[in-house]
Amino acid sequence: MNLIIIAISAALVNNVVLSQFLGLCPFLGVSKQTKTAASMGVAVIFVIAISSACSNLIYKFILIPTGMEYLQTIVFILVIAALVQFVEMFLKKSSPALYSALGVYLPLITTNCAVLGVALNSVSYGYNFIETVVYGVSTAIGFTIAIVLMAGIRERIADNDVPESFKGMPIVLLTAGLMSIAFVGFSGLV
Amino acid sequence: MNKCIERLYNGIIKENPTLVLILGMCPTLAVTTSAINGMGMGLTTTAVLVMSNFMISLLRKIIPDKVRMPAYIVIVASFVTVIQMLLEGYLPSLNESLGVYIPLIVVNCIILGRAESYASKNPVVPSIFDGLGMGLGFTLSLTILGALREILGAGTFFGLTVYTEELMPPVSIMVLAPGAFFVLAMVIAVRNKIIRGKKTAAEAGCDKIDCGHCGNTACAGHKTGSAE
Repeated sequence: MNLIIIAISAALVNNVVLSQFLGLCPFLGVSKQTKTAASMGVAVIFVIAISSACSNLIYKFILIPTGMEYLQTIVFILVIAALVQFVEMFLKKSSPALYSALGVYLPLITTNCAVLGVALNSVSYGYNFIETVVYGVSTAIGFTIAIVLMAGIRERIADNDVPESFKGMPIVLLTAGLMSIAFVGFSGLV
Repeated sequence: MNKCIERLYNGIIKENPTLVLILGMCPTLAVTTSAINGMGMGLTTTAVLVMSNFMISLLRKIIPDKVRMPAYIVIVASFVTVIQMLLEGYLPSLNESLGVYIPLIVVNCIILGRAESYASKNPVVPSIFDGLGMGLGFTLSLTILGALREILGAGTFFGLTVYTEELMPPVSIMVLAPGAFFVLAMVIAVRNKIIRGKKTAAEAGCDKIDCGHCGNTACAGHKTGSAE
């Protein structure tokens, strides 16, 4: 039951993009087409699932016993960067089809603050291993939901007559604001 | 000396990281619930940016080209850890209100962007001023956003009451998540209105910043802007 609450709260109520403002760069940058947005979402789910598990284990079995919790930021970002590289090499070798679908988006994920945010948050919330993985995956699902919805809306905005000053970023931000209001509606769920 | 002033002007006005290059969006939207938080975040980032630009510029001939990204990340992460400890010790209330966004300065695109596009190619002194200019530009936009949201959403400015509830009830959604998007959209739209017709600064910025690096969306604005 606890796990279901963590999952719903991370994916919908505290949506990573629309209420915590993590991972905005890809959310605003890679949301022009639904197809690329979906690939980005899948890549993020994949990386966050592995990185949250690894960072949790490293924190518990290396940083705490050696008393070096203050190094968590440096260690986590290195783990994420190395992991992204590793996942990229692994996919290239084992499943070229998936690699060509995700290829371009994988290196971008290193600078996605959602990945580091999940690792840091799960430490500060004191989650155990299973809770961390559930929290990570559902956060990434929340990201995917938001970015795919956004891409769908942007594809339609492209055909519309937007006021001159609002072309480009402002109209996208306004859309995100409206989506954010819609997601506030989930707050009664948990 | 002129070059240093030029770097400051470039960072604060011409290539303002938030309003022109649209970089570093996560802290921009997340912590600007009040003017003081925005300013605190801006100054913290400025400190990290100046120190990392200094260090990277100093080491630019030593760091091998192939591993430069991991090297930059480690340098930035070390400075962020130092700053975080200082804040914990001396400004615990600011540390509390900025929370997880302090360690997240590591993945702020502005810092890696400046390291890659300026500090790794230029001598130490201009790099320090470049970091200072960019940092102050970031601080300025965060303070403006924070002040607007605080005035509209809570009726205060740096904690001082601007108008009372009887006069006009504050629009509390402005300090919540959706308000962040609305206020930033309005500020950028106003800026677009002012500079319309002129050559946009985003155009100049685009060539220097690696767009793919964090999906720099200034290019998107540039494309629609030049279509007219």
